[in-house]
Amino acid sequence: MLTFALRRLLLAIPTLIFISLVIFLLLEASPGDPLADVPLTVPPEVKERMREALGLGEPWHIRYALWLKQFFWVEPLHWFDQIFGTSFSQGMQRVISFQSRSPVFDVIAERVPQTLTVVGMSYLIGVLIAIPIGIISAYRQYSWFDQIGTFISMVGFSLPTFFTGVVLIIIFGIKLQWFPSIYDTTHRVTDWDSFVQQIRQMVMPVTVLALYNAAQISRFMRASMLDNLRQDYVRTARAKGLAERVVVLKHVLRNSLIPVVTVIALGLPAVFGGAIVTEQVFKVNGLGQLLILAIHGNDIPMVMTLTFIFAILIVGFTLIADLLYGILDPRIRYE
Amino acid sequence: MNDPLSAANAAGLPSELPDEPTTPPRSQWRDIWRQFRNHHGAMIALVLFVSILLFVLIGPLLWTIEPTYVDIRARNQGFSWAHPLGTDQLGRDMLARLMAGGRVSLAVGLTAMSIALTLGSLIGILSGYFRGLDAPLMRLTELFLALPLLPLLLLMVTLFREPLGKALGPAGGIFLLIVSAIGVTSWMQTARIVRGEVLGLKEREFMLAAKSIGTPIHRMVLRHVLPNVLSPIMVAATLGIATAIITESALSFLGLGFPPDFPTWGRLLYDAVDQMQQFPWRVVLPGLCISLTVLSVNYIGDGLRDAMDPRIRGR
Repeated sequence: MLTFALRRLLLAIPTLIFISLVIFLLLEASPGDPLADVPLTVPPEVKERMREALGLGEPWHIRYALWLKQFFWVEPLHWFDQIFGTSFSQGMQRVISFQSRSPVFDVIAERVPQTLTVVGMSYLIGVLIAIPIGIISAYRQYSWFDQIGTFISMVGFSLPTFFTGVVLIIIFGIKLQWFPSIYDTTHRVTDWDSFVQQIRQMVMPVTVLALYNAAQISRFMRASMLDNLRQDYVRTARAKGLAERVVVLKHVLRNSLIPVVTVIALGLPAVFGGAIVTEQVFKVNGLGQLLILAIHGNDIPMVMTLTFIFAILIVGFTLIADLLYGILDPRIRYE
Repeated sequence: MNDPLSAANAAGLPSELPDEPTTPPRSQWRDIWRQFRNHHGAMIALVLFVSILLFVLIGPLLWTIEPTYVDIRARNQGFSWAHPLGTDQLGRDMLARLMAGGRVSLAVGLTAMSIALTLGSLIGILSGYFRGLDAPLMRLTELFLALPLLPLLLLMVTLFREPLGKALGPAGGIFLLIVSAIGVTSWMQTARIVRGEVLGLKEREFMLAAKSIGTPIHRMVLRHVLPNVLSPIMVAATLGIATAIITESALSFLGLGFPPDFPTWGRLLYDAVDQMQQFPWRVVLPGLCISLTVLSVNYIGDGLRDAMDPRIRGR
């Protein structure tokens, strides 16, 4: 198990480096010019100096190596310094955004909490809704509950989040005026009233994402429960007189959760990607909005770093899913 | 699927004697169709999908207002006989725009799906059939699965929109770009499924028999492998259409899709969001079109999967 984990970790490194190269070359091949907005009155030689100040004068492989060094060496050192008060990263250049001229990671750190509260909350709620629905649907297969549940999960799976989000805004934000339609990120929770206000503004984005996630996970849960309910060990458990509740909730549920847990882990990075759209609908200024602004502004270091962080999330959670599968299911042996 | 006898035996049915055919031979596709008809949701979805197709393809022949015709005096109108679904902020007819938008959205979905399917089936068959290619092609698939797709799509579209638009015209260039970007980033699931099926097929007797009479490789693949992996490919195709339509409208919704005077459902929704307070219908209609199309396609995929694989029926 440990050797498997180590081997997978080692394999993840070339994967990530390859992905970063792909993103870098894609950005390199782009015709967009970060200096396109500089006024035409600026003389060409000054423009050339600005270009060099942005680090654009070097050939691409040198800039790529520099970015790799900044991402994997300077940034960790800087955070190490921040925590322990040391000064290893003194005089080293961090990844700097073209737009804001501040370190990319500082901007990202500002945006992470917004994304995490909305995305994390919605995923949690989605899972909490999906698992009971999956269990009941499978246990009472073809009942009215199952039929309706399957239909709703199909609908939830098919409706794009930008449509459900906008419809919720029209109904609850504009017509009924129950919830604010724009997520106010400057809002601080200080007392009970502001806490209620925070909950109110989170309701709609969280509902949209939770519905979407719950639809997918409940389908997996149902299929997995159905697989296990037909197994011989279930008949044995019933035959030896166990209560039905124990059979379903202990024996079947535990075994059915194994594939579902890996699906949940695999789905998490995709949720970050999907949240780009939802953040745009509700004007949450999280990571997704940051990415879109950076793309529009030709902010190459920001786009590169953000996209690469998404890639790290995907590779990381795939690894976690594989390891979880091995830990949870003793029948799976990695040699 | 090429040997109904052994399948019947496996299912515990009494096998018919081959020398006295009581019923005319049944084709595999007719069987699938018969199963498919029993799936109520899928049948309703099929009718719905065909009517959406008709609405989009035949509709413009009957409703002849140009979707780009600007009539500034008739702007922001509600439902009326002249404009059954109202007009937008420039007085363009919503019904005509929905039809034109649907054409583009469906065309994007179908083309992107065919690109993804061709790539996926090719890579799946190659890596399943030729042992030497298996490992490198599967590594490639895993690499692609690890790419952050939506950010990369956004990136590709923003970066290459202008040069391609200049080379091929604004509409043609962006169509080609979006379709190939979606196709290139969504073939991986198909490749994996097809590879699995091919690996199983390779062990079957009829493959050995075909090989032993000296069938050349290209005929082995085209006549014996491809027809037998067609059913998972078709299921993947329906799901592929659905994701491609959603991805295109998401790109349009983020303002990174087709140019403004070129309506697609996602673009119509995006354009209407600014005025959803006064004219909520303009947001709801294109959204409904997208949702109904995707829902019906997903249901058709569900029905197809059930019809083609009796073991998973009712899941």
